[in-house]
Amino acid sequence: MAEEEKVELQQLKHENQDLPQVLVLGSPTCLQTLKQLYSHKFRFLIPNTSLDSLYPLTAPLSSISAVICSASFSITAPVLRLLPSLRLVVTTSAGTDHIDLNECGCRGIQVAGAGKLFSDEVADMAVGLLIDVMRRVSAADRFVRTICEAATWDFPLGYKISGKRIGIVGLGSIGMEVAKRLECFGCTILYHSKHKKSAVSYPFYNSVIDLAATSNALVLCCALNEETRHIVNREVMLALGKEGFIVNVGRGSLIDEKQLVKFLMDGEIGGAALDVFEDEPNVPKELLSMDNVVLTPHCAAFTSECIIKLCELVAGNIEASLSDKPLITQVKW
Amino acid sequence: MGSISVLLVGKVLPYLEQELDKRYNLFRGIDPSQRAAVLRDHAASIRAVVASSSGGPDAALIEALPKLEIVSSFSVGVDRIDLQKCKEKGVRVTNTPDVLTDEVADLTIGLILAVLRRICECDRYVRSGNWKKGDYKLTTKFSGKTLGILGLGRIGAAVAKRAEGFDCSICYYSRNEKPDSKYKYYPSVVELASNCDVLVVACPLTSETHHIINREVINALGPKGVLINIGRGKHVDEPELVSALLEGRLGGAGLDVFEKEPHVPEELFGLENVVLLPHVGSATVETRTAMADLVLDNLEAHFLGKPLLTPLV
Repeated sequence: MAEEEKVELQQLKHENQDLPQVLVLGSPTCLQTLKQLYSHKFRFLIPNTSLDSLYPLTAPLSSISAVICSASFSITAPVLRLLPSLRLVVTTSAGTDHIDLNECGCRGIQVAGAGKLFSDEVADMAVGLLIDVMRRVSAADRFVRTICEAATWDFPLGYKISGKRIGIVGLGSIGMEVAKRLECFGCTILYHSKHKKSAVSYPFYNSVIDLAATSNALVLCCALNEETRHIVNREVMLALGKEGFIVNVGRGSLIDEKQLVKFLMDGEIGGAALDVFEDEPNVPKELLSMDNVVLTPHCAAFTSECIIKLCELVAGNIEASLSDKPLITQVKW
Repeated sequence: MGSISVLLVGKVLPYLEQELDKRYNLFRGIDPSQRAAVLRDHAASIRAVVASSSGGPDAALIEALPKLEIVSSFSVGVDRIDLQKCKEKGVRVTNTPDVLTDEVADLTIGLILAVLRRICECDRYVRSGNWKKGDYKLTTKFSGKTLGILGLGRIGAAVAKRAEGFDCSICYYSRNEKPDSKYKYYPSVVELASNCDVLVVACPLTSETHHIINREVINALGPKGVLINIGRGKHVDEPELVSALLEGRLGGAGLDVFEKEPHVPEELFGLENVVLLPHVGSATVETRTAMADLVLDNLEAHFLGKPLLTPLV
């Protein structure tokens, strides 16, 4: 592995030294497409060992000015210290909870994210997950594929979605797209956000507990930060109730996962559809045999259609940075 | 009314069965041998039949019940009922329109998303532990796609309304073009299939719509097209559908109904681009209860000499 790594970095010295180097961390899903589309513009360096072990090879690292990272690679202060010339971090995710934004700010490193690129995809998935958990779609599909030929179709009834009260936690770009879709189902949209949004007519709830108490389902679309960690806790879940449902397309740690598992096991909450988990790719084993949960592998954003657009956005942000122009999707905090 | 004899010929919500039992002299005839026994002893007294999507009175049964006045179906689809025979004999028929429209439309969108975004497959991926080996592959976006609706009735229109929230373009085929509709009309099912990404079957099953989704339509929908059937199994030439999916001539399918329920072609079980549901279009507590109440209210209205709430015949 280290051998390949040295070869990869050494190639840099002999070929196309003119091309700007871009270090790629965390194996983003769009990497293959990125290489196909932009290898004539950038020299992608892809370490196949952890960054720490690259420390002895300081020459290439010290000249790196741009990094592309996925949501699964943490850009911490120690990582940033290994890259003294870094000017730009481009994450392929909408979320930025994996980046030490303060440290970047202190160092004058700009950060670019995926902005609203995935909002449609993630909103689509959120609605799909909500319908699945309330109408038992995945459980029913399993049922059909595994029951024996002679059995009758005695399958438990689901819950109606149309006309229900849906509480959206985080009414940003994704939350608004979820709201727009569910309005067409005749749902009543309610929300909690850091601040009330004056341009929006949906009822605002300052307390997530109050939101949960009046909602049939909660859809979590907010960013993960210190204030939103475990925003869905024991009290919120109790307020949501035995026939209440949770959909999480934000980050796993928005929910107190241990408590959620316990409540699902005890029947204190109706069901949950989760695209994200506290310790991905690990999923609490108790969930793996439940019929009132839907589990997807953090893929709400990933469609073939959006990958090319994502690559264009990533490349565009790097080019903007290299020419000292404003970034397309700068993350401000 | 406890002396009025009612024959139950299809599976219904337990609540409905219990209420029928309380209010009428209920005979259960879902199972063929059960039915034969009931007919032998009570045919002459039965004044009402309660049907459902799983069973309804054909011509022979209607003939065998000389005192039959009304058939009340616990479903919106009445393809199991010989409507012509009912008309001839002056037998009233009621169904359960409207109360399940939203429900079926909700599930239709759920099916589309489940197929395009591979939700059920993703769930299997996680449960089997495969996520630890790597990410799931890219799936197909739904927003902005073109939805073709076969049958722009109540359910078709409700599906269209929901799809608009996803910025979908909507087109449709119907027996007659609807002049008030804002959606694009195609005069044939093949043309509809050629021009849409997802085709939803939402029309009633009649002799004209039997196998309306045939090889030609499936080929027109194509290797990236998705078929969603929330109508009746017999709308689709099932063997043709299966071979098209196996050969890759059709991109995917979401099926809530099958030609011979509860039989599902086994060849579909190994496919990751299909979602298979056990006819649950209206299967929520809320809607099934509303359907049951409509059946009961129609029967009550009839026997009290009042106008029927939702008559078809």
